[in-house]
Amino acid sequence: MLLINCPYCGPRPELEFSYGGEAHIARPTPPESVSAEDWVAFLYLRDNRRGLHAERWRHVRGCARFFNALRDTTTDQFLATYRCGEPRPESTGSAPP
Amino acid sequence: MQKFSAWSLLRQAFGGHRGWQPQWRRAAPQSSYDAIIVGGGGHGLGTAYYLAAEHGLNRVAVLEKGWIGGGNTGRNTTVIRSNYLFDESARLYDHAVRMWRDLSQVLNYNVMYSPRGVLMLAHSVHDVQVSKRHIHANRCNGVDNEWLSPAECKAFCPPLNIGADIRYPVLGGALQRRGGTARHDAIAWGYARAADALGVDIIENCEVTGICRDANGAVEAVETTRGRIGSRRIGVAAAGNSSVVLGLAGIRLPLESFPLQALVSEPIKPVLPCVVMSNAIHAYVSQSDKGELVIGAGTDAYTSYTQRGALHVNMHTLAAICELFPAFRRLRMLRNWGGIVDVSPDRSPIIAKTGVPGLYVNCGWGTGGFKATPGSAHLFAWTMAHDEPHPINAPFTLERFREGLLIDEAAAAAVAH
Repeated sequence: MLLINCPYCGPRPELEFSYGGEAHIARPTPPESVSAEDWVAFLYLRDNRRGLHAERWRHVRGCARFFNALRDTTTDQFLATYRCGEPRPESTGSAPP
Repeated sequence: MQKFSAWSLLRQAFGGHRGWQPQWRRAAPQSSYDAIIVGGGGHGLGTAYYLAAEHGLNRVAVLEKGWIGGGNTGRNTTVIRSNYLFDESARLYDHAVRMWRDLSQVLNYNVMYSPRGVLMLAHSVHDVQVSKRHIHANRCNGVDNEWLSPAECKAFCPPLNIGADIRYPVLGGALQRRGGTARHDAIAWGYARAADALGVDIIENCEVTGICRDANGAVEAVETTRGRIGSRRIGVAAAGNSSVVLGLAGIRLPLESFPLQALVSEPIKPVLPCVVMSNAIHAYVSQSDKGELVIGAGTDAYTSYTQRGALHVNMHTLAAICELFPAFRRLRMLRNWGGIVDVSPDRSPIIAKTGVPGLYVNCGWGTGGFKATPGSAHLFAWTMAHDEPHPINAPFTLERFREGLLIDEAAAAAVAH
């Protein structure tokens, strides 16, 4: 089980969280002039990255707030968690290969 | 290729079984091929076999970064069924189930297909209504499926607890009698052996690191850890790593890769005569011929490539299994493991051309690819050979996400995802 550091509550077990998918995907606007390709990219296409992955989590059984995290999908190690609205941190490169 | 028969087994037995030869060659890559398959699982090996056997391509290579059948082919729970809700899915999966029936004869390799029945339980009034809707939809599509009362479920599967005093009592079940199981390794080995006999090169420890395109944008070669290999026809069947491989050609896919876990108990005498699934309480179980109970559940919550997951997911499943089968409570679990499954937004696969000429993809099978292995391989080979989809896989394109023509088996919930 993962130990996840909620930026509001501190480290808590994975059971308290729900996963929210890839982070930093902005809804295209205005809707009436968005192309089909852009809708497809927004709705369906994902980086699905092997390596560092910026993703949303929600501390649903705690403070109930959304936040973002940077995790290595080859090790499941978290490199950082940060609040929504904050930019993605520079990767520290400290994750084991 | 040494042919398997009662006579050959007998003759080898008298020779102390010292006369068996390797079932396929350890091939080294040539400089170019008529077709290259990336991914040496059941789907990829089967595709190579059908390209050679049915489409006359005799210079075909399968490139596998590890060992064949070491990915999801060797990590799944081997359930076979075709009771999907939508017409497109029913045609696709039933194509595979029909091929399983005589696959051992076709390949001259025992894949141990056992149509012992798949029983999907209902635990609430809503479950019952949805199950019956599924049954009617299946029967309209020529897919066998029938409703069993709780007593009939108990008669078909004696260890099942149909008491009313459990948290999620059994209110009935949908039974597909043609559903069942097969041997996971045998499907990889059987296809590898049959493909090799037709001249297909199976190249292990060969990871694709680049996809090369010519001036017109068409594929012309792959870069690998064992050098550059030319081909103008490349099919990718890389399961959980599909996004990574297609990313080499600059293609983004509508996929996310999740760990899916399974576990087996210590081996016991035959006790469970069929496959039992419950979507509502997230568990499925069957018994292998070796005697182990093979148990699986839903995916872990987050995307990952680690091929492992969290124990609480297994505990959730085992709680459900122990309630449905009180006799299993004293069993010990021997092993658990994870595979990385490529899940599409509508939980339906993609067997299609990509936007890049000569590049084809077979992915998005998510949590349920094993059952489809022969059908998927057969249709993918057809698609690669004709440069257009077979009518059965024509709806399973990448463009369906643009056109809004989803085949939404996620909402139809044919299985616990």
